[in-house]
Amino acid sequence: MAINLRVIRALGMRSIRQTFRRPQLIAPIVVFPTLLLAIQTGGAGAAVNLPGFPPVQSFLQFMLAGAMMQSLMLAGNSGGIALAVDIEMGFTDRLFTAPISRFTIVLGRLAGTAALGLFSSLWFLAIGLIFGAEIQSGVPGALIAIFLVTSAALAVGGIGAAIALRTGSASVVQGLFPLVLVVLFLSSAFFPENLMIQPAQTIAEYNPLSLIVNGIRSPMISGISASETLYAVLTITGIIVLGLGLSARALRHRLRAG
Amino acid sequence: MPAIVVEGLERAFGEVRAVQGIDLEVAEGEIYGFLGPNGAGKTTTVRVLTTLLLPTGGRATVAGHDVVAEARAVRGSIGVALQEAALDPLMTGRELIRLQATLQGIPSEEGKRRADDLLERVDLAAAADRRVGTYSGGMQRRLDLAAALVHEPRVLFLDEPTTGLDPVSRKTIWEEVRGLNEEGTTVFLTTQYLEEADQLADRVGIIDDGKIVAKGTPESLKAEIGHPHIELHLAEGSVAQAEEICARIGKLLPPKDAKAVLVEVENGAADIPRVVRALDEAGIAVESLELVRPTLDDVFVEKTGYHLAEEIEEEAEKEPVEV
Repeated sequence: MAINLRVIRALGMRSIRQTFRRPQLIAPIVVFPTLLLAIQTGGAGAAVNLPGFPPVQSFLQFMLAGAMMQSLMLAGNSGGIALAVDIEMGFTDRLFTAPISRFTIVLGRLAGTAALGLFSSLWFLAIGLIFGAEIQSGVPGALIAIFLVTSAALAVGGIGAAIALRTGSASVVQGLFPLVLVVLFLSSAFFPENLMIQPAQTIAEYNPLSLIVNGIRSPMISGISASETLYAVLTITGIIVLGLGLSARALRHRLRAG
Repeated sequence: MPAIVVEGLERAFGEVRAVQGIDLEVAEGEIYGFLGPNGAGKTTTVRVLTTLLLPTGGRATVAGHDVVAEARAVRGSIGVALQEAALDPLMTGRELIRLQATLQGIPSEEGKRRADDLLERVDLAAAADRRVGTYSGGMQRRLDLAAALVHEPRVLFLDEPTTGLDPVSRKTIWEEVRGLNEEGTTVFLTTQYLEEADQLADRVGIIDDGKIVAKGTPESLKAEIGHPHIELHLAEGSVAQAEEICARIGKLLPPKDAKAVLVEVENGAADIPRVVRALDEAGIAVESLELVRPTLDDVFVEKTGYHLAEEIEEEAEKEPVEV
């Protein structure tokens, strides 16, 4: 087991280095969500005055969870793209010829994605604090948000890894980028679901991403809510189980088919 | 115990039978050259032996371990440098070797030391902290080889290690392979270069269309298809008379042109003085004389009906090599 943890750490570190060395991988995680955050808080700040908008200190405070959600979703997608690139250029063959459990290779990639989720949560918390957003439930709330963002990145990364392993094509995984944004906009990430029009409102209510983003947002704008946190944890756990299961299956298929 | 044993190995991809029941055995400490054109089944065989692919029939053991039932033990005993050096262009050379050491379970400090030693060995110490994407093709192959050696494997698989390299880089890789073999490493080398197999391999297996069509030492394979011949070009004198004299020494072969005489000789270079003396006594002046030995290409032609060199040229024309 010890050797596998070392391998997971080494592969996670490689994944992080790879992301920071390849602008097209880091840009969606940091640059795009930061720009969108700046544009939306600058241009749509008056939305907080709409009847039914949850009580918040500022629109920035409301939007931080959405920016984190966008960032972690794209971190998962970027992780999938990077894994598919590894498959395309044969780098995974190098890893597959090592005397380790081959699923460790997927876990290494996911460790890197989770670390990027952690980075993303710290980045947006820092931006929020610098520009005057308060974290209503203080340090414990911030820690909950950090935990949820990090684990959600791992969960989404599992889905990205499964698609990468199944298709072996970076362009297919990259092609999911617009879909990620659509799913994100049809959640409560950027706007309260009760203020959406139909059918977006219903879709957002049932969108699992809304449960995650509500769990991240709650300690920032109001206080720690046990039920919101629990829903988020359960949703993330479900996606992790699904992602890892699909990844394991896709990996077996890849090894069988060659 | 042999380093590699392959019995009736098969691998099919749907209807395509890439490897069709091959048998081979590689002794410990041997360099085995696996020779064949593109698409012959070389890489598929290597992928099965390195546990990257499951066989669809037959069995194989590497370093005494079954490639299916004891795949992880096989992976612990082998080093692999696959075709088209599979390197991450964003990593540095040092990072790659250290990652490989970690994958092989080598402790961190020991991994650092081995990385330094190996980078020195393959003459990449100065470029160790540069990103691999900035390396030349030859440097990438040397790095790939170094990465395959980090855990001092018993058996080293090299899949077309010099394809696309310039002659100088090719010779450097050859020297490295010879050095490793002298240290006791068994090498399974696939190649489409006849010269490479001839220069490096103790024994050769020729694969065509998924089947092994010949195996043995390069010398024995060449001897199987015939003796060397002497090719003479006359300065003056009768070709017919020269042929009559040569026919008394060896077997005449069809001439290439009107002034050439080709005679197959049993003793190779030892027969040259006899031929020269006999022609001189008859007053026939020789302009040039060459002893031509059978090549592996001749063996290839004999076994498959076509030239491997032509096959490679045709492939190169069809698919531009990406550098």
